[in-house]
Amino acid sequence: MTDLEKNTARRKILDGLFAAVGLLATFFGMITLAALIIDLTIDGSGRLSWRFFTSFPSRFPGQAGILSAWVGSTLVMLVTALAAVPMGVAAGVYLEEYAAKNWLTAIIEINIANLAGVPSIVYGLMALGLFVYQLNIGHSILTAGLTLGMLILPIVIVATREAIRAVPGSMREAAYALGATKWQTVRDHVLPYSTGGILTGVIIALSRAIGETAPLITIGALTFIAFLPGSPVKTDFPFVSFEWLMSPFTVMPIQMFNWVSRPQHEFHLNAAAAGLVLIAMTLTMNGIAIYLRYRFRKNIRW
Amino acid sequence: MAKNPEITYSTGKDLAAESVFGRVTWQRLRERVIEFLLFLAALSSIAITLGIVGILLYESQQFFEHVSVVEFLTDTQWTVLFADPHYGIMPLVTGTIVTSAVALLVALPLGTIIAIYLSEYANVRVREILKPLLELLSAVPTVVFGYFALLFVTPLMQAVLPDLSGFNMLSAGIVIGIMIIPYVSSLSEDALKAVPVHIREGSYAMGATRLQTSLRVLVPSAFSGIASAYVLGFSRAVGETMIVAIAAGQQPNLTLNPMEPAATITTYIVQVSLGDLPHGSIAYQSIFAAGLTLMLMTLAFNIAGYLLRKRFREIY
Repeated sequence: MTDLEKNTARRKILDGLFAAVGLLATFFGMITLAALIIDLTIDGSGRLSWRFFTSFPSRFPGQAGILSAWVGSTLVMLVTALAAVPMGVAAGVYLEEYAAKNWLTAIIEINIANLAGVPSIVYGLMALGLFVYQLNIGHSILTAGLTLGMLILPIVIVATREAIRAVPGSMREAAYALGATKWQTVRDHVLPYSTGGILTGVIIALSRAIGETAPLITIGALTFIAFLPGSPVKTDFPFVSFEWLMSPFTVMPIQMFNWVSRPQHEFHLNAAAAGLVLIAMTLTMNGIAIYLRYRFRKNIRW
Repeated sequence: MAKNPEITYSTGKDLAAESVFGRVTWQRLRERVIEFLLFLAALSSIAITLGIVGILLYESQQFFEHVSVVEFLTDTQWTVLFADPHYGIMPLVTGTIVTSAVALLVALPLGTIIAIYLSEYANVRVREILKPLLELLSAVPTVVFGYFALLFVTPLMQAVLPDLSGFNMLSAGIVIGIMIIPYVSSLSEDALKAVPVHIREGSYAMGATRLQTSLRVLVPSAFSGIASAYVLGFSRAVGETMIVAIAAGQQPNLTLNPMEPAATITTYIVQVSLGDLPHGSIAYQSIFAAGLTLMLMTLAFNIAGYLLRKRFREIY
């Protein structure tokens, strides 16, 4: 064999080798994910029962449950979504449809990119200083929702912008040609067409918020709560109550953290069960987002 | 849209001219108001940044009225909650750097290899299946990863390294690394994809294999995007809290040995927040000084990344 042939053969082997290494590296990530889920299932599935969902935490691991945690998570997510979605969509619409190309727009864009890289615990510190001690809204569900809302705002803005950018210019021009104003065009045409993309981004953002622990510990979420926030519906006038917004709270990941930090093995089993519930929630949300993205990409033909 | 009231004036012949003008003026006003409201929403992101910087600086400034900057940077002990308090940030910084370094040693090579594989080797169907699955890794809550690091990875590692302590930075770092693989691989893959096809084809035309093309042509061309991916990975690793709080122990420890337990900056903030500290005490203010240090570390790395990108930017 000539030198050239030898060299070519060697190069081809290396190339094939890399293909194998690449596949292995990709599988390494997935094997880890599988190991994690299997490990949680082995440890935690024995604790999963109806009572686990309907019991408060307890000193006795066998009786402890996640009632206050999942109720807290649900209420916090409600506030988070109400805070982040209108704000994020509005900001995305402004940046895509209205903003002039000037220094202010450039600063806003750079700023959003940088906010996405700020560690989540720093948002917690900000909320502790601002909401808890300057504005005095306490270690409450409202503070928690607003904190996570700020945390996911950049994700919602970026998703909105991408979804809006995918709407072809001809749609807007058709609306303008019929005499629609800018806002009418956005409201009646651009936003309906981009709903799918925005929804996907919002679900991904909320699935990130539901697993966030550190910022909520920082603003003073409690780790042991054996009561539920006040009901939002009342029997007497005016029938709705916002007391629950000011209530102390705990959330699923904090409950899990509390159990995993204890030395007793029985509490670790509770932590695994809580982890299973948590991971089922986030993976389901991500699954829905992937499915929606696929559906909308398939159905829309401009 | 039949329900739009605006359409009526083009057909209604008994519509007085002034009412049309009135409607147009009102509509213009409404457009202006809406645009202004949307603008305010966009400005909110600036307000958040100002809020973060303002609060961190304000509370840290109160901290530094009690503790000198020199002591903060040079003292080798961080014992804020003890009777004899020392305020040296060094042990927390080393803890943060060691766990992040372990994480990056895992995430950067794996993330880059995966990016090259998915972008240059895998066919479309394989990629469409593997990529979303891989991205599920970043959907797992960090507290669950913490559980995994403490109760699965550490016992596994102890089988190989018998003198590994139950809480250690090695397991925490490895798990953080696995968690940030999708961040690194996704952004790097986007960067590789953005390299124009003719550059790729030029390389193939010279007889290069896919591996040679990837490593000698595409990676250098996409360097600026890959560097962004690395910087994001670093930011995530440095700011990661729950994995280290659960699996690395919470004792400040001035060491560069990943086999030992240690606290990071983020762990300290969590640890203090779990207790009930009076507002205005030095310990309360110290978490803001720690947070400021964390922000400055990320900022420094981001600036370094920016300069690196500018230096090596390829313009096609």
